[in-house]
Amino acid sequence: MSRRLSELSLGESATVTQVDATGDVGLRALEMGVIPGTVVKLVAIAPLGDPLVFELRGYRLSLRRSEAAAIEVASLV
Amino acid sequence: MSIAADPQTRTVALIGNPNTGKSTVFGALSGVQQRVGNYPGVTVEKKTGRMTVDGKRWTLIDLPGTYSLAPRSLDEMVAVDVMLGRRPDTPKPDVILCIVDANNLERNLYLVSQVLELGRPTVVALTMTDLAEERGTTLDLSKLRDRLGVPIVPIRAHKRIGLDALKTALAETATQEQPSSAPESPFPEPFQAEVARIEGWLADARPGLPPLPRYLVERLLLDTNGYLEGHVALKNGNVEGLHAEILASRQRLAEAGCPVPAVEAMARYGWAATMLDEVVTRPDEPRVTSGDRVDRVLTHRVWGTLIFVAVMAMIFQAVFTWAIPLMDLIDAGVGGLATLVEGVMAEGALRSLIIDGVIAGVGGVIVFLPQIFILFFFLGILEDCGYLARAAYLMDRLMTRLGLSGKSFIPLLSSFACAIPGVMATRVIEDRRDRMTTILVAPLMSCSARLPVYTLLIAAFIPPVALAGFVSLQAITMVAMYAVGVITAAGVAWALKKTAFKGPTPPFVMELPAYKWPSPRVVLHRMFERGWSFIRRAGTIIFAVSIVMWALLYFPRLPESTEAAFTQQIAALEAQREAAAETEAAEEIDAQIAAVEARADGEQKRSSLLGRAGRVIEPVVRPLGWDWRIGAAAIASFPAREVVVATLGVIFDIGSDVEGEEGASRLQVALREAEHRDGRPLFTIPVALSVMVFFALCAQCVSTLAVIRRETNSWGWPLFCFAYMTILAYIAAMLVYQVGTWIAA
Repeated sequence: MSRRLSELSLGESATVTQVDATGDVGLRALEMGVIPGTVVKLVAIAPLGDPLVFELRGYRLSLRRSEAAAIEVASLV
Repeated sequence: MSIAADPQTRTVALIGNPNTGKSTVFGALSGVQQRVGNYPGVTVEKKTGRMTVDGKRWTLIDLPGTYSLAPRSLDEMVAVDVMLGRRPDTPKPDVILCIVDANNLERNLYLVSQVLELGRPTVVALTMTDLAEERGTTLDLSKLRDRLGVPIVPIRAHKRIGLDALKTALAETATQEQPSSAPESPFPEPFQAEVARIEGWLADARPGLPPLPRYLVERLLLDTNGYLEGHVALKNGNVEGLHAEILASRQRLAEAGCPVPAVEAMARYGWAATMLDEVVTRPDEPRVTSGDRVDRVLTHRVWGTLIFVAVMAMIFQAVFTWAIPLMDLIDAGVGGLATLVEGVMAEGALRSLIIDGVIAGVGGVIVFLPQIFILFFFLGILEDCGYLARAAYLMDRLMTRLGLSGKSFIPLLSSFACAIPGVMATRVIEDRRDRMTTILVAPLMSCSARLPVYTLLIAAFIPPVALAGFVSLQAITMVAMYAVGVITAAGVAWALKKTAFKGPTPPFVMELPAYKWPSPRVVLHRMFERGWSFIRRAGTIIFAVSIVMWALLYFPRLPESTEAAFTQQIAALEAQREAAAETEAAEEIDAQIAAVEARADGEQKRSSLLGRAGRVIEPVVRPLGWDWRIGAAAIASFPAREVVVATLGVIFDIGSDVEGEEGASRLQVALREAEHRDGRPLFTIPVALSVMVFFALCAQCVSTLAVIRRETNSWGWPLFCFAYMTILAYIAAMLVYQVGTWIAA
């Protein structure tokens, strides 16, 4: 079942299935290595609930919730 | 300042992801021999350095840190053009040095893959290998070398390990001709076919012109925002139909399952995975490094916020209190120098120019150096250890309410010390609209130069009473002045984002770099580099303006008859002093002499060009509750607002020596006693507040405007900034005075 990257709970990992590359956000995310097949883990949430910090490919990437919503993920089995 | 193309000099261009230690490598290779400027027409910094390898001179060009080599704007085009040797002001690099973080190889290889496709001789420097070791990662470098086909040199720049090997690799690579075979393209076959098709089309459409480098043809296809297309069309005339051609190619690619632009990320990360297969070995259970543990606390909802507030409070405290002894020292030094000059030079215009113009003017600015150095010391530590990105992350939500992003927070915070470093610090903001908005509101933050104005007027006019039994009214007024700036900045930022810089919110796709110990070399280097550029840029302008302002206050001289009257009075008093037997009487006469001298000085100032200007603008400043004297002081302080206290001193007959406890209190008394021509007191609480609010909001700092010009590469923005701030300051001061008087009545 497809979910959005913004819907992960803290500490949860998922696999990216699709990135909406029509906007600037998607393009930047792709360049930073958020491409289908990448395993991404939500590791921190800012004090005011936004932005989020993800771990992928051995580094940490911060995205806003609205931006993470442009990325589709599948839960790891 | 173009770099001369010396055939004996070799050139290397440095490129790499942000946070890979690129600046450290640049600093370690070039030492202190660096030059910083701007590329003409764009805001990209042009940083060059020199080094010597085996007796040969090399020029290093530092390019902005980037994750991708995709020219989507004029600024981004610079890096590509420099590396391809397409910029007439910069020699074509003999080698490209790609800085790569050993911990993020996959993502770093994305950029490496783009650099390799430029088809230029390339060397890879591998940084942060110590951190990779701590994580238990091992790398098979010889395998990776074979696959990439370029030298890879592991270095630890801050410990100067591997630098010689790197220089040798650069020298060897520079002597080679173009790489024998172009690297294999990571793109799928249908994409390559479309690139070839566009290349062919361009060759037909632009006969006689050199073919566009293959890399740029690929970008034409990939960059959907059309910047490069426009660039090609602009430069090469007859390319009508290019857009239709590209659209058709993209359509075919989408049908073939290679949608643009996603195809690039898929292809390059696929390529990186192939390159790294059996090269990188990570432990099964990822080792938690000390940095990871620190980060858990620092990005924690509760602890992270508390630590953040504490760190910011400490920096603020340091800038304002630790700097004081040093500032006093500089102040005393400047005063001593003035006294010295006074002693050795004969009285006259030249002495006045040097003491009142040059020493006072430049001294008034260099007194802020300790604050700038302390600020940049702390910012350097935070930046080098990787905390600045966390600050941006923590503040993002708050800043987005104003239409800005978390990245604007640190520049605005810096502006509380001085807007000059604040404007310089906006370089971390990639989005142009965000950066421009931040630059334009930064001068509204109450910088330390406004502090003397607040202190003087609050001490003189705000009664030292406590509200509700414990909060001092004076302290509240001080906080209110800072709040006026912050609230106005918020409003202006919001308005700018709704009008001039309207557009979608830029994405906040930001790397949080791994924590590391800051390198003292890098921190100190950055501190001195920025401190020095502050002295140079601010100093030269303040120097020039000080001389102009001095002249406006010095000329025209008083008529000889008036001058003679004062000289006579002084001579008479001096004769009395000679005759006085008692010390007390002599002191009394000394005071009278000083008073006459101050009156003569005041008379001179009043009839000077500046004094006359004050009278001319009196009708304009009357709605603010001001008279010609305050107006003249405001005009005099346009180049630098810290001048206002000294100017008030001169105009109100205290003499310009208002430094120190005694002088300040004498000025306070004089201001309290000042009257309008009809005998009403000049200063009331509303007038004092109106002056303070004016100084809180106005753009009275030529150095800031000069830095804005430099950072935006245009005269329009500093002019706009000056205009909107002056208008705001005037309206706000008028409101405060009118409403204040109405309440008081």
